[in-house]
Amino acid sequence: MTSANRADYEQLRLADLHAFYGESHILHGIDIKVNRGELVTLLGRNGSGRTTTLRAIMNMVGKRTGSVMINGRETLDVPAHQIARLGVGYCPEERGIFASLNVEENLMLPPTVRSGGMSLDEIYDMFPNLYERRTSQGTRLSGGEQQMLAMARILRTGANLLLLDEITEGLAPVIVQKLGEVLTQLKNKGLTIVLVEQNFRFAAPLADRHYLMEHGTIVEEIQAHELQDKMDILNTYLGV
Amino acid sequence: MTELLGIPPQVLFGQMLIGLINGSFYALLSLGLAIIFGLLNIINFSHGAQYMLGAFAAWLGLQYFGVNYWVALVLAPVCVAAFGILLERTLLRRLYREDHLYGLLLTFGLALIIEGSFVHWFGVSGQPYAVPESLQGGQNLGFMFLPTYRGWIIVASLVVCFGTWYMIERTRLGAYLRAGTENPQLMQAFGINVPLLITLTYGYGVALAALAGVLAAPIYQVSPVMGSNLLITVFAVVVIGGMGSILGSILTGLLMGLIEGLTKVFYPEASSTVIFLVMIIILLVRPAGLFGKEA
Repeated sequence: MTSANRADYEQLRLADLHAFYGESHILHGIDIKVNRGELVTLLGRNGSGRTTTLRAIMNMVGKRTGSVMINGRETLDVPAHQIARLGVGYCPEERGIFASLNVEENLMLPPTVRSGGMSLDEIYDMFPNLYERRTSQGTRLSGGEQQMLAMARILRTGANLLLLDEITEGLAPVIVQKLGEVLTQLKNKGLTIVLVEQNFRFAAPLADRHYLMEHGTIVEEIQAHELQDKMDILNTYLGV
Repeated sequence: MTELLGIPPQVLFGQMLIGLINGSFYALLSLGLAIIFGLLNIINFSHGAQYMLGAFAAWLGLQYFGVNYWVALVLAPVCVAAFGILLERTLLRRLYREDHLYGLLLTFGLALIIEGSFVHWFGVSGQPYAVPESLQGGQNLGFMFLPTYRGWIIVASLVVCFGTWYMIERTRLGAYLRAGTENPQLMQAFGINVPLLITLTYGYGVALAALAGVLAAPIYQVSPVMGSNLLITVFAVVVIGGMGSILGSILTGLLMGLIEGLTKVFYPEASSTVIFLVMIIILLVRPAGLFGKEA
């Protein structure tokens, strides 16, 4: 078995990561480790730096210092357009569906970054709604369908590290449930997932570990089995 | 043949042909402007100078290196595009985050420098460029005489314009371009080299201008100021069509050429201003242009 296949293989490690937008110092030394096949959440209030953490991994912030290791490779000096090529799929909070492209064009847009991605047929199997609406303009879809599309789009590329930002935000419970099923399927396929979530009840049963963020730092790391004991801490920071 | 409103049909069709030819140039040039504006967010005021460079490249090639028209048709746009790419890499690149005005000023300044240099070297009087032998002569269509070269201009520019439209609207590369216009940062996150896409797009837009220049060389004088005269009209066409609309710039270009031609027949005094009148009306009725989307 090669080291890349071992369960404790480090897919992502952030060490003392600082991020800046212009003069604003947003992240103050983040340390995160995600092993292959893990589903890890970043919990925290709005403005705690969770989205910025994902954007910093993608090299989409103004400036960053520290270390971002992806698949064992330091990426601090890797240009933004080459991060995806390391097997990273990013689903932004605003979903980023392109209005000038139809559903299928949106699906086909991100280039393949690794072998082993889902085929168009498999994706349409997983999201039948997208098949029915494949010729519609991307932004004509409902919010839930757009979220499915934003997810499906990065599954096609073969990315094995998914960074998902607030995928349940503003969606109906039935759609949220569907997304939960999809995440379980992806986890079973062995994909590594970092999930930024507001909806703790959605994230709790899916995740292996949780990182709790506040003011651009990690304030607590919680294993799934410790959740019950640490509800007080969560309540303090999240107000759930 | 009978007269129409006192106008002999030869005159009417002759002016419509001239209008269509001018419209072909408007279409090629405004298409390039639209593509560049879409992805780069820069109003390329060097476009007229780049059109002139295309014509001059053809003329210089023939004069000094014996490069014939057909080779120049490919070579001149490639050379001028390479020059454009150099400008993009060294100068324009620094302005993408700034207000439109900076790009406009830079490209306008560059146009003045380029045109000024050519006036210095070649004078303002135009240089003749012969129509290639295989496109000399013409056809009598019965209702009018069609010079072969003029027919060729219309066909060539239509093919290039609609080929470009097809590429942008129907291919994978075009999807990158459309998506890059909407959200370049996300495209980067998907692994697409957006800076390279931007450079090539600028190069292509410039190449379209240079191609128009080569096509124009045999029917207009090859002169350093040929571009600045045309560019103002082309900008009016872009405003009428809607900034950034691909199909809009092509159709509006052809339509405005025709309207100009017809005005020459029915009210010649207004022929040089009619496009600007149309622009004013469109701005009042549809501020985003005929094909533009309301912001």
